[in-house]
Amino acid sequence: MLAQLTESFVPLLAQDALLPARNQMAISLGAHIILACFGVAMPAMLFVLHRKGVKGDADALELAKRWSKISGVLFAIGAVSGTILAFEMGLLWPGLMEQFGDVVGLAFTLEGISFFVEAIFLGIYVYGWGRLPTATHQFLLLPMIISGMSGTFFVMSVNSWMNAPTGFDIINGQVVNIRPWAAIFNEAVLLQYLHMLLAAYMVAAFTMVSVYSVGWLRGRRDRLHRLGILVPLAFAAIATPIQPIVGHYAGQAIADRQPIKLAAIEGLANTEERVPIVLGGYFDEEEGEIVAGIPAPIPGLASFLAQNSFNAEIIGLNEVPVEDQPPVNIVRFSFQIMVGIGTGLAMLITYAGFRWRRDKDTFLDNKWMLRAFTLTGAGSIIAMETGWITTEVGRQPWVVHEVLRTEDAVTDGTWVWFTLIGLTIIYIGMFTAGFGVLRSMSRRWAAGETDLESPYGPARIQELVA
Amino acid sequence: MSSADAVAAVMFAAVTLYAVFAGADFGTGLWDLLAGGAKKGAPTRRLIDKALGPVWEANHVWLIFVIVLLWSGFPRPFATIMRELAIPFWLVGLGIVLRGSGFAFRKFAPTLLAARLAGIVFAGSSLVTPFFLGAIAGAIASGRVGAGIEDEVIWLTPTSILGGVLATGTCSFLAAVFLTEEAERLGDTELAEDLRKKSLISGSITGVISLLGVSVLADDAPTLFDGLTGRGAPEILIAAVAGSFTMVMLAQGYTRRARFGAVIAVATVVIGWGFAQYPWLLVDNISIAEGAGHPATLTALLIAAAIAAVVITPALVLLFRLVDTDQLGHE
Repeated sequence: MLAQLTESFVPLLAQDALLPARNQMAISLGAHIILACFGVAMPAMLFVLHRKGVKGDADALELAKRWSKISGVLFAIGAVSGTILAFEMGLLWPGLMEQFGDVVGLAFTLEGISFFVEAIFLGIYVYGWGRLPTATHQFLLLPMIISGMSGTFFVMSVNSWMNAPTGFDIINGQVVNIRPWAAIFNEAVLLQYLHMLLAAYMVAAFTMVSVYSVGWLRGRRDRLHRLGILVPLAFAAIATPIQPIVGHYAGQAIADRQPIKLAAIEGLANTEERVPIVLGGYFDEEEGEIVAGIPAPIPGLASFLAQNSFNAEIIGLNEVPVEDQPPVNIVRFSFQIMVGIGTGLAMLITYAGFRWRRDKDTFLDNKWMLRAFTLTGAGSIIAMETGWITTEVGRQPWVVHEVLRTEDAVTDGTWVWFTLIGLTIIYIGMFTAGFGVLRSMSRRWAAGETDLESPYGPARIQELVA
Repeated sequence: MSSADAVAAVMFAAVTLYAVFAGADFGTGLWDLLAGGAKKGAPTRRLIDKALGPVWEANHVWLIFVIVLLWSGFPRPFATIMRELAIPFWLVGLGIVLRGSGFAFRKFAPTLLAARLAGIVFAGSSLVTPFFLGAIAGAIASGRVGAGIEDEVIWLTPTSILGGVLATGTCSFLAAVFLTEEAERLGDTELAEDLRKKSLISGSITGVISLLGVSVLADDAPTLFDGLTGRGAPEILIAAVAGSFTMVMLAQGYTRRARFGAVIAVATVVIGWGFAQYPWLLVDNISIAEGAGHPATLTALLIAAAIAAVVITPALVLLFRLVDTDQLGHE
C-alpha cells in the first residue's frame, strides 16, 4: 500500500519544479498584492477622514478610528505575506537571484526602507488614538502616504526591470558592469509605477465603497455610511479615469519593447498590417487564429491603439520560435477582462460624477447605482489580478525579458509541490480567518461597540469566563 | 575596510537588532503559553498584546533588511543558503505567517474560543520560529553551508540544535525581562514579580546551556570556536558580564537596569559571533570578499544604509520613546 502510494507520488515529485514554483509565486503575489494596495492607499483616505474629524466632524473621526483598526489587521497580514515573497525570491528562484541579485538589490533595499517607515508610523498611528495630541496625530499619516508611494515605486522598478532589463552587461555568460541606479530607473518604470499606484488606490477605494454600499442598501443609512462611501469614492473618481490613459501608453510601450507580449494580447499569429481588435473568442494554436471572436467594427483599431496609425504593422508570434512564445489564451483573456472591467468602472464613475453634480443630497438614493457600487471592490481586484497575469504570463518563457528563462531560474528542490499545497492551505486559512475577524469587527460596531476590547480585556474576561 | 566588509557589517548590525527586538517579541510566546487558563492568564496576555502591538511589525522589518542586503550584496552565497537551507527557511516563513496573523487576529477576536485559537497559533509559532532561525545560524557558523554536504541534514547537527535551543532560550529570557519591566511600569506588582521569577529561571537555564554549549562548538564548529575564543572573545566576555549583571539587577529589583543589561548581553553575543566568523560569510567555504556582489552595488547599498540611518533612526527612537512613556496603547 505504502509502496504503491510512494510509486504514484514519485513521478509527480520527479517532475521539475517549474510548474508548482510558478503557481506558488502567483498565489503568493496575487494574495499579497491585494493587501499591499490597502497599505499604500488607506493612509491617504484616512488622512482625509482624520482631518475632517479634527475640524469637528465627529462621524469622520469615528470612521477614521475604525479604519485605522482595519488597517492594522490588514497591514499585519500584508507584512507577513510580504516576508514570504522575500523568502520565495531566493527559495523558488535562486537562479535569478544569484545572477541578478546585485542588479535589482538596490531597489529592494530602498523598498525595505519605505516599508520600515510605514511599519513604524503605522504602529504609532494605530496605537496613538486618545493618547497622542489630537492636532499632531493625523500628521503621522503623511510619512505613511509617502512611503507607500515610494515603496510602490521601488517594487515596480524591479518588475519593470524584468520587462526592460538594463544596468548590466553580459560578457562570456557573466553579468558584469552593473549599474544599480540605471536598473532602478529603467525605461519601463514610470508607466508601470503609475499604473500600479492608480490600481492600488482603485482597489482600496472601491473595496471600501463596496463594503459601505452593502451596508447602505441593507438600511444602515447613517452619516457614517455616507462618509464611508463618499470619501473613498472621491479617490476612485480621480484614479479611475486616469488609469485607461496610463494603461494605453503602457500598452504602446509594450508594442515597442515586448512585441511578442502584445502579439499574445491580440492573439496575432503572424505579423500583419491594419490589425483589428477582436473581442472574446479563443485563440486556436493549430490554426493560428481566433475562433468565435467578435471583431470591433473599426478596422485597424489594434494597429491604431498600438502605433497611432490604422495601417501600422503589428509583430506576430511567428517572429520568434514556438519555445519563446507565451501561452496566448490566458494572456488574451486576462487582458480583455482587465480592460473590460476598467472601462466599466470608468463609465460608472463618470455616471456617478454627473449625478453628484446634479444633486448631492439624493446622490445615494439611486439603488441601481449603489448596487453597481457593491461590485466595484471585487471588480477592481479582478482587474488588477488579470493585469498582473497579463504582464507576467505575457513575458514567459522569460523571467528577465530575453535574458533569463524562467526554467533556468527555478530551484531544483523536490519540495515545491509540498510548499505549494502547504502555502495554499495556510493562505486560505489566514484569509478566511482575517475575513471573519473583519466581519465580526463590523458587526460589533453595528451593534454599538466602539472600543472592540479583546476577550482578555479586563471588562470582557470576567463576563466571558463567568 | 572594504565596501564588502562594510555591507557585511551593516547586515550584521541588522541581524543584531533583529535578534534583540524581534527576539523579545518572539520570546513572549513561551510566557503566553504558560500563562494559565483564560482568567488566570488574562493579565499576562493583555500585557503581551500591549507590549507587542505597536512595535512587532517594525521589529520584524530587520529580518527583511537582512535578507535583502544578503541577496543584494552577496547574491551567490544567498542562493547557496536558500538552496541548502530551504526547509528551515520554509519553517521560519510558516512561523512568521502564523505568528503575525495569530497576533493580529487575537486582539479583535469576537469570542473567547477564537481568542484562544488565535493565541495558541501566535504563541506556538513564536516559540518555535527562533529555533529554526538559530538552527540556520548554526548551520552557517559550523561551516556546513556551501560545503556540498549530502549525507547529513545540515541544519540538525549539534551546532544547529545548540543554536536553536539558545535562540529559543535567549528570546524567552529577553521577553521575560522586557515584560517584567512593562508590568512594573504599569503598576502590576504581582504580575511583575511572577515575570521576574520567570526571567531569573529562563536566564539561569540559558546561561548554563551557553556554558555547556562551548564544548559542543569545540568539536563540531572548530572555526567558530577559535573565533569565539580569539577575535570574538572581548564581546563574549562583555556578554557574560552583562548577563550576570542582568541577573543581579533582576534579583535586587532594578528592572530597568536589568533590561539594559539583557539587551547588551544578547547584542554582544550576536556581535561576538560576527567577529568570530570574520572574514567568512559562509564559514570555511565562502569569505565576505569572495561572496561579494558587484562593487557598484555595494557602494549603492552603503548609500542606502546611510539613507536608512537618517530616515529610520529618528522614527524608531520616537516609536520606542512613545512606547516607553506609555503614550501608545489601546484606548
